[in-house]
Amino acid sequence: MADEPLVLGIETSCDETGVGIVRGTTLLADAVASSVNDHARFGGVVPEIASRAHLEAMVPTIQRALDTAGVKASDLDGIAVTAGPGLAGALLVGVSAAKAYAWALDKPLYGVNHLASHICVDQLEHGRLPSPTMALLVSGGHSSLLLSEDITTDVRPLGATIDDAAGEAFDKVARVLGLGFPGGPVVDRRAREGDPKAIAFPRGLTGPKDPEYDFSFSGLKTAVARWVEAKRRAGEEVPIADVAASFQEAVTDVLTRKAVKACKDNGVDHLMIGGGVAANSRLREMAQQRCDRAGIRLRVPRPGLCTDNGAMVAALGSEMVWRDRAPSSLDLSADSSLPVTEVHVPHTDFHGQAYQALTGQQQ
Amino acid sequence: MLLLAFDTATPAVTAAVHDGTAVLAETDQVDARRHGELLIPAIDRVLREAGVDRHRLTDIAVGVGPGPYTGLRVGLVTAAALGHALGLPVHGVCTLDAIAHAARAEGLAGEAFTVATDARRKEVYWAAYDAEGRRTEGPSVDRPGELTPPARSVGAGALLYPDAFPGAHGPEHVSAGALAAFAAAELAAGRALLPNAPLYLRRPDAQVPAGYKAVLPA
Ligand SMILES: [Zn+2]
Repeated sequence: MADEPLVLGIETSCDETGVGIVRGTTLLADAVASSVNDHARFGGVVPEIASRAHLEAMVPTIQRALDTAGVKASDLDGIAVTAGPGLAGALLVGVSAAKAYAWALDKPLYGVNHLASHICVDQLEHGRLPSPTMALLVSGGHSSLLLSEDITTDVRPLGATIDDAAGEAFDKVARVLGLGFPGGPVVDRRAREGDPKAIAFPRGLTGPKDPEYDFSFSGLKTAVARWVEAKRRAGEEVPIADVAASFQEAVTDVLTRKAVKACKDNGVDHLMIGGGVAANSRLREMAQQRCDRAGIRLRVPRPGLCTDNGAMVAALGSEMVWRDRAPSSLDLSADSSLPVTEVHVPHTDFHGQAYQALTGQQQ
Repeated sequence: MLLLAFDTATPAVTAAVHDGTAVLAETDQVDARRHGELLIPAIDRVLREAGVDRHRLTDIAVGVGPGPYTGLRVGLVTAAALGHALGLPVHGVCTLDAIAHAARAEGLAGEAFTVATDARRKEVYWAAYDAEGRRTEGPSVDRPGELTPPARSVGAGALLYPDAFPGAHGPEHVSAGALAAFAAAELAAGRALLPNAPLYLRRPDAQVPAGYKAVLPA
């Protein structure tokens, strides 16, 4: 094996079929096929549509990544894949493909955690992660504060949303304002012409007795909807830019406040922000200001690497090979609720075996 | 010819190696919830048993359904990836045709019959075959009660609904050995098989949300 492991990563946890190729911490290819337009008219990701799209896109996206990277499949040192968490049927397409490539090419397979991959992708932009690193992961599926000593083995959850993910709140507010799906980019754009102080929307879970590192965006979303409806009912025009800006301000205020506090409380001087919502311009700006003030170094990958992609999976796979972590076995399962603490899944599926022993062949 | 065949469109996870004349090795496991875990280990096992190195394979045949989608996709994406990585052609076979082939080999030759598998939601995937084993109707998905009861029928879907399929008997699920034998015979006869694309037969379940729901009391 070369000093710098060459790893291909496959990501299919939601609606993006992502295939990335990484050598060490260098990104060689990041091919993505998205089914987002097929979901737009439903106002959210439809799992069966996503799974169908993954199946169709898989081999062409792999080939595109290999072509872009200019490498042969036989040159790879390993195949990494998102084993969870995510949509069960969607994950299964990626895991099955990864196993087939790993077996056919006789390469080690690494089933890795989607959330840890979101953190590890920053290595492609800013070099190896310091130990420890605080990570704020915000997307349509997750809002978590995670503390990592070693991204291949040790990710500890400090806090998470107790209801909606931050990205979900963006989607729902966009729907209330009639701005379409997905909501993140369009709310960000409209907010730029608005006044973030125009409306005082609530900051969830920021009271003295509230859990320090948990988030809640459900109340905020409802508050925005009530405010907008009241305006409409009164026959007044809804100031869309002001609503978008004030809502966005409330979300980013809570996220950055809690992330900086978590860093200070735990003596961590690096904050990494990842996930689709990390592409939000106001979040990046506010996080930078607050980190600068607190003497914390902020690491945020460029927007294209914050959303779901194969490069992040390849980045973590490459780190697994680099640190000589045990590969996964070929009976690796896709686990839609894989806990964040399970950074990778090297073990045999003992639960499955026990289940099989108990039920025999009687199905 | 060294053909690797497998199918995940029924509760069975089944794989076989066929040399164009006979099945060299076959494995069958019935576990409707674990196609993803079981398939590659089954393929690995069957090649070892047959004493065939993966690089000596010449063709892949895969059951393209109809069948429950989640399991079905495991087989199809595996076939596509193996074909890509090993540089092999991938031939699709209607899973019901493979069951029909097995039924004739087990004694149904010379009679017309229907193959039905469980489509869940109180429906069956089915196809009808004539006395020569040619598919005359289907594959389709329907409620068993809506079909004209056939004189002879096979498959787990037929066994599940005895009122609609009187006198149904085995084979219950598809076997990769039969699928391989069917594919080898079709290829030898110069007939094209199907592309490696799923026979879903149903549109994806997707409800358009009924507009934006108000949160203020009406
Ligand atoms: Zn994600």
